[in-house]
Amino acid sequence: MSEAITHAEARHVAVHHEVGFIRHYIFSTDHKMIGKQFLTLGLLGLMMGGLLALLVRWELAWPANGPTGGPVPGFGWVSMDNPLLPGGNITPAGYNAFFTMHATIMIFFAVMPILVGCFGNFLIPLMIGARDMAFPVLNMLSFWVGASSAVLMFGSFFVEGGPAAAGWTSYAPLSAVPVYTGVTWGQHLWCMSLIVLGISSLMGSINYITTIINMRAPGMTWFRLPLVIWSLFVTAILLLLSLPVLTSALGMLLFDRMAGTHFFAPDGGGEPLLWQHLFWFFGHPEVYILILPAMGVASDVLSVFARKPIFGYHAMAFSMIGIAFLSWIVWGHHMFQSGMSPALGTSFMLSTMVIAVPSAIKTFNWLGTLWGGNIRFTTPMLNAIAFVSMFVIGGLSGIFMASTPVDIYIHDTYFIVAHIHYVVFGGSIFGAFAAIYFWFPKMFGRLMNETLGKIHFAFTFIGFNWTFFPMHILGVGGHMRRIYDPTQYDFLKAFQPMNTFITYGALILGAGQLILIVNFFWSMFAGKVAGKNPWQANTLEWEAPSPPPHGNFPGPLPTVYRGPYEYSSPLVAEDYLPQARRLEPQTAAAAAH
Amino acid sequence: MLRWLPENVSTYGPDIDRLFYVIYYVTGATFLVVQITLLVFLVLYRHQDGRRATYTHGNTSLEIAWTIAPAILLVILAFVSRKTWADIKQHIPPSDMVIQVTAKQFNWEVAYPGPDGKFDTDDDVVMDNDVHVPVNKTIRVLLKSRDVIHSFFIPSARFKQDAVPGHSIPTWFKITRTGKYEIPCAELCGFGHSGMRGWLYVQTPEEYEAWARENKVGPLLTAPALGN
Repeated sequence: MSEAITHAEARHVAVHHEVGFIRHYIFSTDHKMIGKQFLTLGLLGLMMGGLLALLVRWELAWPANGPTGGPVPGFGWVSMDNPLLPGGNITPAGYNAFFTMHATIMIFFAVMPILVGCFGNFLIPLMIGARDMAFPVLNMLSFWVGASSAVLMFGSFFVEGGPAAAGWTSYAPLSAVPVYTGVTWGQHLWCMSLIVLGISSLMGSINYITTIINMRAPGMTWFRLPLVIWSLFVTAILLLLSLPVLTSALGMLLFDRMAGTHFFAPDGGGEPLLWQHLFWFFGHPEVYILILPAMGVASDVLSVFARKPIFGYHAMAFSMIGIAFLSWIVWGHHMFQSGMSPALGTSFMLSTMVIAVPSAIKTFNWLGTLWGGNIRFTTPMLNAIAFVSMFVIGGLSGIFMASTPVDIYIHDTYFIVAHIHYVVFGGSIFGAFAAIYFWFPKMFGRLMNETLGKIHFAFTFIGFNWTFFPMHILGVGGHMRRIYDPTQYDFLKAFQPMNTFITYGALILGAGQLILIVNFFWSMFAGKVAGKNPWQANTLEWEAPSPPPHGNFPGPLPTVYRGPYEYSSPLVAEDYLPQARRLEPQTAAAAAH
Repeated sequence: MLRWLPENVSTYGPDIDRLFYVIYYVTGATFLVVQITLLVFLVLYRHQDGRRATYTHGNTSLEIAWTIAPAILLVILAFVSRKTWADIKQHIPPSDMVIQVTAKQFNWEVAYPGPDGKFDTDDDVVMDNDVHVPVNKTIRVLLKSRDVIHSFFIPSARFKQDAVPGHSIPTWFKITRTGKYEIPCAELCGFGHSGMRGWLYVQTPEEYEAWARENKVGPLLTAPALGN
């Protein structure tokens, strides 16, 4: 083992040389640069998706065909006479396109690139003590294939007929027969883009799995891995197994649309529900792909800033594995009202109830981690705490729709919209923000500004709850999702003031994100210099310089002596004990007495 | 929060609402306990100079307890939900009246048997978006779709079922109060999805008789129980 490492060291030194601009910034094979590239893609997606969400909210607050309606301010000159938004007025077809693309972009081009693409790439080699990923060229390809898929998706706004408008779930036959939506190339490109993205994530996930299995530093046993690495490992397995199912479904959909097959259209013997089974067989693991890395981030950040070991490390790791297994047998809970056999609904209700248990374990363990701590309220910590608090709401609201009879009423209402946003925004995005603030100093060598960070957090936390909590009430009132104009319905007239109120919250939430953008770029060049370990944390990435050089660790790779969460250990005077720090035998012996 | 529920008018609505309330109280209590604990911990264990955090890696019995407690609670919730679900969707009771509703972009096409008392004959009475039924009768609806997936939603009756092309899905409801109730489409069905809605007119037997006579709708068609 040690001989092999020496050999690898020698080879590494031999091949190390200065690379030019293109190899360094564009076609880089360095996992850290690829991570930053994914971050750039994800933040662009976040802005695009956010703008689309605001257009959707604008329409719901002031419906274009109603008495308060009118052009969206500032959009008249952007859209000109585009049929989706002629002169800034949102049309029903435009509205469907906007919410379809909002969800698609947020899921595939914002949350996944940031949490899985960026932090998976950046953290795995650094935290397990490796010089790079197992397959650096595959890693580079994974980003550029992903970027091409983003070009296809964003490009679909510019084709005739506009982008896909059948919802991010693209239920067939609406999505399978162009005449039903009036969208032709937009939906074709949607399918093609996600097929290409599937290839990208396949390359990424194989790389993550191989690297974590094979390239851990000496002493880094499985149960000394930080939980964020556990979460990324489990996520990579889910990606590897679920994305190909989506790819096959998308291939069939594309054949239906372009080659005259009838997989999903009943007039040629197809079955619409087949699409839903395939889509949700991918789609439910996908939800956990979005949330697991955020759970890992929150676990690490909470432990660092509570200055306490994570409570129940093994239970935390096993509950993630449990979630991963169960996530394969709950997809039918999206289909209770779909016409699927109601007897099947009963069994999916049971598995769905059971999958809430590992999430409950994690929540209680996070509380246990805070108990008896010495909590430092830094910006990453505030975001991690918000993650726990919001994830609890998202988890609990899920129990309503898990109960099949209650789901009859709330299915396809704003209750679902509230639930999904508490999980994916309240969970994943707060987790992503915690990760950005926490690892920014390691990425760029400078800390982000704390004051701006806290103002951004306040805007996000208040704006988020202002926007999404009232949606539960809309859902209880029966307010359907994906409708263009709620004032067309008598029973929803009473909810119009609440729709307007929600839109004000969304505008505040959106405006607050400008602070993040300013802080991000300002800190990159003018932030406080971070030094190696600004948070006094234990894990291996903090042994490397900030930012780490090519090859990550100057000199030999670190050796790991203990688990990642030895905070406030009685063995040492300071309140942290890095994984790579070797204690003299007498210190350890003295403490044992 | 649940006072925002529209007033229920169907026979099984109270069962759904009761479950809604049970889950609301269970999750509401959990929500309060967790968030208050979180807040208390944040205040109690905030950073203070000279203090050192408690060094502990967990507590096995505590962890077992908080694994088993939610597991039991959730499985119980699944079992109490099961019966209501089976009563609504699995066991369809013998029906006093059968109608067919066929969804299409962007209308509900409602079909009644004509004077011959049979469907799919020339005298079928078909009208868009208006469903007329007598009060306190078990109504069987055969739900179909001509093009894409739609969802037949009657908020006041706590009724929802997707209409899927290629399927004919038997469903039922029994309304206990006369009145006029909205039937929006709840599944995205294209650019005209918003505004696709019909009306359910629940009438006294006399009013219904008069309406049926006027529109040449045949006698009520009964149907035996379905499902197991």
